[in-house]
Amino acid sequence: MFEIAPFVPFFIAAALGLLLRGWLRGTLFIAVSVLGLANLWLLGAAGTGLEFGHYTILDFHLLLFRADRLSLLFGYLFHIAALIAVIYALHVRDTLQQVASMLYAGSALGAVFAGDLLTLFIFWELLALTSVFLVWARRSGRAYVAGLRYFTLHILSGLLLLGGIIIYGQTHSTLEFGEIGLAGNILDNPAGWMIFLAFGIKCAFPFFHSWLTDAYPESTPTGTVFLSAFTTKVAVYALARAYPGTELLVYIGATMACFPIFYAVIENDLRRVLAYSLINQLGFMVVGIGIGTSLAINGAVAHAFNDVIFKGLLFMSMGAVLHVTGKINGSELGGLYKKMPKTTVLCIVGAASISAFPLFSGFVSKSMVMSAAIKNGYDGVWLVLLFASAGVFHHAGIKIPYFAFFAHDAKLPAREPPVNMLLAMTIAAALCLAIGIYPQALYSLLPHQVSYTPYDVTHVLTQLQLLFFSALAFVWLNLRHLYPPELPSVNLDADWIYRRLVPDAMRALFNRLFALDNRLRSAMVGSVGRLLEGVTTHHRADGVMARNWRTGSMVAGVVLLLGIYLILGWL
Amino acid sequence: MASEKQYFFDNPDNVRKVLRVFYGICILLFALDFVIHRHTEFRWEGLPGFYPLYGFVGCVVLVFAAKWMRTFLMRPQDYYDKRELEAQREDSSQNAVVEPAAPPATIHLSGGHDHV
Repeated sequence: MFEIAPFVPFFIAAALGLLLRGWLRGTLFIAVSVLGLANLWLLGAAGTGLEFGHYTILDFHLLLFRADRLSLLFGYLFHIAALIAVIYALHVRDTLQQVASMLYAGSALGAVFAGDLLTLFIFWELLALTSVFLVWARRSGRAYVAGLRYFTLHILSGLLLLGGIIIYGQTHSTLEFGEIGLAGNILDNPAGWMIFLAFGIKCAFPFFHSWLTDAYPESTPTGTVFLSAFTTKVAVYALARAYPGTELLVYIGATMACFPIFYAVIENDLRRVLAYSLINQLGFMVVGIGIGTSLAINGAVAHAFNDVIFKGLLFMSMGAVLHVTGKINGSELGGLYKKMPKTTVLCIVGAASISAFPLFSGFVSKSMVMSAAIKNGYDGVWLVLLFASAGVFHHAGIKIPYFAFFAHDAKLPAREPPVNMLLAMTIAAALCLAIGIYPQALYSLLPHQVSYTPYDVTHVLTQLQLLFFSALAFVWLNLRHLYPPELPSVNLDADWIYRRLVPDAMRALFNRLFALDNRLRSAMVGSVGRLLEGVTTHHRADGVMARNWRTGSMVAGVVLLLGIYLILGWL
Repeated sequence: MASEKQYFFDNPDNVRKVLRVFYGICILLFALDFVIHRHTEFRWEGLPGFYPLYGFVGCVVLVFAAKWMRTFLMRPQDYYDKRELEAQREDSSQNAVVEPAAPPATIHLSGGHDHV
């Protein structure tokens, strides 16, 4: 094993990737992911509490690599995600995209192992800077403007983080990245709140979520797979480290789990449906972090692990559909199971995992958060999460496979995607099943030692009842033609505020200002004109100023002045 | 010819068969609630049929609520594009960037993906 920070090999590979081409580049990227994972595994086996890469800036001691069970788990996860996504993207011949994706994966690893807040900030900004190129790599007008919006919000998050770090450094005289907490109100603890908000933007908190649903579906088929894995999970990691047990997070998480499913039902772009369901899954993790018990944190982290893999699998299957057919709207797809049977099966594995079917990975992690919620007395939140569980099956579990692969046959020309895509999806599907069948492998890596058995009669039965009757609702609504059809449309979301409301308001404001300015100017011009008019009237041939004065009246004036002086002298 | 091949779900009988199996499983799962004694932690959870009803009613409410949301959230597909892409095109023409004038939404749909 080498004491080398995990992001370094990725950055070196990205630099070499600029020079290499074709299969050489692909092999290098795969090798870096595999060897990086092996090295990290050996480092982790050597014991936690490992740190190296100390450096000093000003008076602050900074740390490039600090490993504990929490960061190691995310480290393993990001290596696996990078490996799967790299294999999925092997056929791509686009240097920009491939280099950016390696830099992006490296930045995520750097952020996860950052021992201090300043190092975290650097990788936080690098995440934004590298990932935006994956959006722009689509090279369409929509991707360009969506990427700009994405970048702006992430830079805002970075600035908030930096501001928070500066205040935190002044008040705490250390920059170590540990628990920060939200004690006190905003005025007492501005650093805590600013950093919280910075994490919240990246974690897609309600009202800050629209960068995700806006930009991810505009990326390339392979770019979205990378995007879905890293940014939000780094934010989950950061929240789990800095704000465990913050009660506010429970309610934020419940909102995140709930509201996107309504949007997902009426959304037409199937990758945007997945983006909404990504927020929904993040909600479960945020609730777990908010509850903050060992079981809840374990559940949140385990769910993050599983979510990267099954959401990646779903994004990959939809990416394959987009790659092969060039279409991704539910209204234009259908009947693809005939021509893409392997992709169909792999997509269904992902759908079953995200819906938390027994024997699939979602089942063994989501339930930890749910039972933590009920054990800690969050009954209302538990009901909301249960509703969200049924809803996620409805939109991600049924809607995605149904409208893409079944429903009415759109008779699109299609075939199976390239072998590397199928291979990447197969690896992800195998992991979904392996974790679902043998959860102890994942549980043994979790931050806290908790014995939890997901498979008991009650849990399996109730989950199956919930899912099958959700499916029954779908079948009933569909047979009665009550299910909302897929329509080519745009649904207004929070991004409407800065895409329409603010521009419109600014436009109206500026129109008003210009009108006011116009009126002021014309009034001034008018008054100047009137002044000139007045002056000229006095200077005209018969004007007061043009009159000749007689000598006598001038003498009279002088006498008057002298008289006034005389009076003033007497006084 | 592949297009004339009869696939599994092309036959309405097969669809009916699959649905019948599905209904059977639903009934079985509902019935199991009365046979198996579940351990419960939540006060309503112990009611027989809580989970099936919650799942069914929840999803129906979800769909109807989402349909209702369409009445005030739905806009035509080019709602944002009209203004944003035009503004962008003006920008690029001002900056004299040499860019083909083809509609941006349709070019490079696969984003640099060669069909292999």
